[in-house]
Amino acid sequence: MGRITLDKVRKAFGEVEVIPPLDLTIEDGEFVVFVGPSGCGKSTLLRLIAGLEDVSGGQIRIDGQDATGVPPARRGLAMVFQSYALYPHMSVRKNIAFPLRMAGLDAAEQTRRVEGAAEVLNLTDYLDRRPGQLSGGQRQRVAIGRAIVREPSAFLFDEPLSNLDAALRVGMRLEISELHERLKTTMIYVTHDQVEAMTMADKIVVLRAGNIEQVGSPLDLYHTPRNVFVAGFIGSPKMNLLTGPEADKRGAVTVGIRPEHIAVSADAGTWTGRVGVSEHLGSDTFFHVHLEGRSEPLTVRAGGEVSLHHGDTIHLTPDEDRMHRFDAEGLRIA
Amino acid sequence: MATQHSRSAARIMMAPAVFLLLVWMLVPLCMTLWFSLLDYRPMRGTFDCCEGFANYVRFATSSAFQDAILTTLIMVGGILLITVIGGIFLALLLDQPIWGQGVVRILVIAPFFVMPTVAALVWKNMFMNPVNGLLAHLWEFFGAAPVSWLTEAPLFSIIVIVAWMWLPFATLILLTAIQSLDSEQLEAAEMDGAGPLSRFGYIILPHMARAITVVILIQTIFLLSIFAEIFVTTGGGFGTRTLTYLVYQRVIESQNVGLGSAGGILAVILANFIAIFLMRIVGKNLDK
Repeated sequence: MGRITLDKVRKAFGEVEVIPPLDLTIEDGEFVVFVGPSGCGKSTLLRLIAGLEDVSGGQIRIDGQDATGVPPARRGLAMVFQSYALYPHMSVRKNIAFPLRMAGLDAAEQTRRVEGAAEVLNLTDYLDRRPGQLSGGQRQRVAIGRAIVREPSAFLFDEPLSNLDAALRVGMRLEISELHERLKTTMIYVTHDQVEAMTMADKIVVLRAGNIEQVGSPLDLYHTPRNVFVAGFIGSPKMNLLTGPEADKRGAVTVGIRPEHIAVSADAGTWTGRVGVSEHLGSDTFFHVHLEGRSEPLTVRAGGEVSLHHGDTIHLTPDEDRMHRFDAEGLRIA
Repeated sequence: MATQHSRSAARIMMAPAVFLLLVWMLVPLCMTLWFSLLDYRPMRGTFDCCEGFANYVRFATSSAFQDAILTTLIMVGGILLITVIGGIFLALLLDQPIWGQGVVRILVIAPFFVMPTVAALVWKNMFMNPVNGLLAHLWEFFGAAPVSWLTEAPLFSIIVIVAWMWLPFATLILLTAIQSLDSEQLEAAEMDGAGPLSRFGYIILPHMARAITVVILIQTIFLLSIFAEIFVTTGGGFGTRTLTYLVYQRVIESQNVGLGSAGGILAVILANFIAIFLMRIVGKNLDK
C-alpha cells in the first residue's frame, strides 16, 4: 500500500516560502510525475515526502497515518537520487544489500533479495564490481536495485535520468515504466523534462513556484490545459500562444494552438507567412513561420515529405475546434 | 614540436635547481656515511681512518639503542593514535554548522603555527609545572596532589605536547575529507535506515580512509625527527631518549662524531623502512 496525502503542506527556508500550502493526494499504485521548470520546488516537495526536509506546516499522511514527524527510514519509502548516491567503497552486492543489512535481515534472506533484484535489473554479472567500474546506466540500475530490495510502499525518483545520455535515457525510461507495471507500487518521479512526464506518468503534477498549476493525466493536460503556463509547458514543440487581434477575434486575451493542429497549404488559408527555419525529423517537419506583424515565429507541423524552403510563402489554417482560449488571468475559457 | 621544444627548454631551466637540491642532499649524506666509518672525536683530536663497521656495531649493540627505538615507536605511535582519533572527532564537530565557524576553525588550527620549542616551553612552564602550572592548580582545586608531569610521566607528557601540536594538521586534512563527501550519499544511507553511528562507520569513515593514511604517512615522517620538544622538556632523561636524541647525544655530548654518524645512518635506514611500509599501505588505499 502506498497512498500519500499532503494536507496543506508548507515549506519555507527562513523568510522565503518555497512551497505555499499545498494539497495533493497520490493514490496507491499510481505513477505520479512532478514536472516544472527548474526552481519550481518539485525536488523540495519530493524531499518533504521523503522526510529529508522538515515541513514548515501541514501534514503528510502515508496510508492514512500521520508521517509528518517520522524519520525518513521509517516512512517505508525508497529514493533514487540524481547522483545515484551509491557507496563507492562497497561492491554492487553490498550497495544493494545495505538497506537490508541496516534492517538486520539474516544473510540468506539478504542474498535471496539481492539476487532477485539483480536479475530483474540485469545486474547479475556486475554484483562484485564497484560503482566506479560501472557505466552511468548500470549505476542507475544499482540505485534502483537498492530501492527495490526494501520493498517500499512507494518509490521516489529525483531526476534520475538527467545524468544519462539521450539514448540511454529513452531506454531507462522504458525500464522504469516496465518496473512500475510489474511491481504496481506507487512511484513519484521528479523531472524537468516534459517528455519524460508525458511518456511515463499516470498522473502529472505541474508545478510553478511551489504552486500546483494542474493535476491530471498526460492527455488531460495536453488537451485541456488549465492555464497559459501549463499550455506552454506541456507538449513538444511548444504550443503557439498568440495575443492581440487574433485573440480578440476569438473572444480571449490569449489563444493557443498546437503546431500539429495547423493545416499548411500553398495557396489559401487564414494566415499567411514566410517559412523560416525548418527542422526535418523524418517523420515530421517543423516549420518556423514568420507571420506579418508578429515577432515570434509560429511553429507548424507538417508531414515528413513536405518540401518547403526558407523564404517560401505559405498559408496556414488553424483547427478552430482545437484552439485553446485563455482570459486575462491566463485561465482557460471553457 | 612546440611542446617538445618547451620541454627541453624547461629541463635546462630546472637543471640548476635540481643540481642544487642534489648537492644539498647528497653532500651531507655522503659526509655522514664517511664519518660513520671513522674514529672521529674532534675534542680528543682523533681522526683515524677506516674503522670499518665498528661504529655501527657499537651503536647497535648498546642497550641505549634498543631503548631508543622502543621509545621512538611508542612516541610516534602514541601521537598518531591521539591525533588521528582526536582529528576525526574534531573534524566531525567542525563540520557541523555552528555560529562563528570561521573563527573557531582558525582557533583550532592555531597550535600548528606555534614553534616546537615555544610550544614545549609553554607546556612545561605554564601547564605541567608542579608548583605554578595550570594542571597543578586544577589538581589542587580537586584536592589531589599535583603531579610532576615531566618526571613522573615524561614520555606521556611529551606525547601530549606533540599531539597537541599535530592535532590541527590531522583535523584540517580530515575536515576537508569530510566536506568532500557527497551529501546525497548520507541522505541515501539515512533513507536506507542507517542511524548516525552506522552512517559514520559505513559511509563517513571509509570515505576518510585515504585522508587518514595520508595523515599517518606525513606525520610519521615528521614525528620520527622530534627533537626540540625533548630537548626543552626532559633533555632526553627519564626514558624519553628517542633515536634522534641518542644520535644528538653521541655527536654533541660525547663528541663522538663517528659513532653518532653511524647512528644517523641507522636512523635513515629505519625511517626508510617505515616509509616503504607505509607507502605500500597508502598505495593500496589509493588504488581503491
